[in-house]
Amino acid sequence: MSDKIKAKVKELLEEGKVKGFLGLRNMNGHIGPYLFVDGSDLEDLVLGDRQRPGDTRYPLNKQLIHLARCYPEESFGVLVRGCDERGLKTLFTWNQLDPEKVVAVGIACPQELAEACECLKPYPDEFVEGEKIEGYSFDSVAKVDSMELAGRLEHWLAEFAKCIKCYGCRDICPMCFCKECSLESEDLIHTGDIPPENPIFHLTRAVHMAGRCIDCGLCSEACPADIPLRTLYKKVADIIDQQFHYRPGYASADEKPPLNILSEAPEH
Amino acid sequence: MDYRTVLTTCSYCGCGCGLYLEVLDGQIIGTIPCKTNPINQGKLCVKGWSIHEFIQHPSRLRQPLIRKNGTLTEVGWDEALDYTVSKLKEIKEAHGSDSIAFLASAKVTNEENYLIMKFARAAVGTNNVDHCARL
Repeated sequence: MSDKIKAKVKELLEEGKVKGFLGLRNMNGHIGPYLFVDGSDLEDLVLGDRQRPGDTRYPLNKQLIHLARCYPEESFGVLVRGCDERGLKTLFTWNQLDPEKVVAVGIACPQELAEACECLKPYPDEFVEGEKIEGYSFDSVAKVDSMELAGRLEHWLAEFAKCIKCYGCRDICPMCFCKECSLESEDLIHTGDIPPENPIFHLTRAVHMAGRCIDCGLCSEACPADIPLRTLYKKVADIIDQQFHYRPGYASADEKPPLNILSEAPEH
Repeated sequence: MDYRTVLTTCSYCGCGCGLYLEVLDGQIIGTIPCKTNPINQGKLCVKGWSIHEFIQHPSRLRQPLIRKNGTLTEVGWDEALDYTVSKLKEIKEAHGSDSIAFLASAKVTNEENYLIMKFARAAVGTNNVDHCARL
């Protein structure tokens, strides 16, 4: 199932609406990110389902930022799932991409992937491939929340203790676009230490993801220590939603993230 | 505009993690771990993640250096090899084969490591062969 996507991309390229289309390509026996610039290699375009649905997703939005920074006048197409679209919207809000210069080509995720991701909205607003299915709630968060407070702390400390400080969670993250990273700031953490300070290193990132994480799960997939980062950031997103009624990627691009606005403290 | 994602193997250690290098107009600008590589399965260590930084780094050595009058000076490969051969011969004659040791590398291919072992044993006559992972 990628014929409709291929046809759409072909049309965009032929009509000159985009300079290139960032998608996934089956090449050299591997599935990886690829910029399609003419229709000649569209035959190899894939949607990132190798053995299981969505098992070869890549941070295409992050690559799009690299392209847009060097070619701000050009328009690019990009393959988006529900999470990627939330990412695009949030990157528009943060002025990292220009909505006039991005053409999203959407796919809706199958049930298996949506369930594994516990995705609230496993489809973009508009999509050309796939079928719209209902979202899933954050069961992994509920499971941790059901523990006693002391047990919860113990759980997270044990998970963070596995960290080898590869910075993969940051490096893969499509929402990590800062030029100066908090995780390299001496004022916040002892940057030279391995393993990293527990739990400060991970909590610093978790707080930094508040109002920004769009729950794509690429961090968890990139973690060599299998730390359930996605569950942590889902919880952070829940807190921001409860306190400020804001969830990144669901609001319109004009709505600023609550932690960027200086105003009175929320009522408790 | 020329944007490519080039599939390659991390050269930092012997694991052989697969990664894509993001190349924009000839400049290497990023690293993305390969999800379908059976070795690393979309993960990398901190060194692998920053591998794009050293390849075109201005401080990277691009020519052999010989210290002349206390200063490291860029020289051609012929001069560097002639100098090394003459010094190795000198040391071997004065102190014997086992006064020389060879350090191979996890960053090169099996074939290259085989060659340095062969060179050490057959040409120089020593079993002193070790590798960079023990440094």
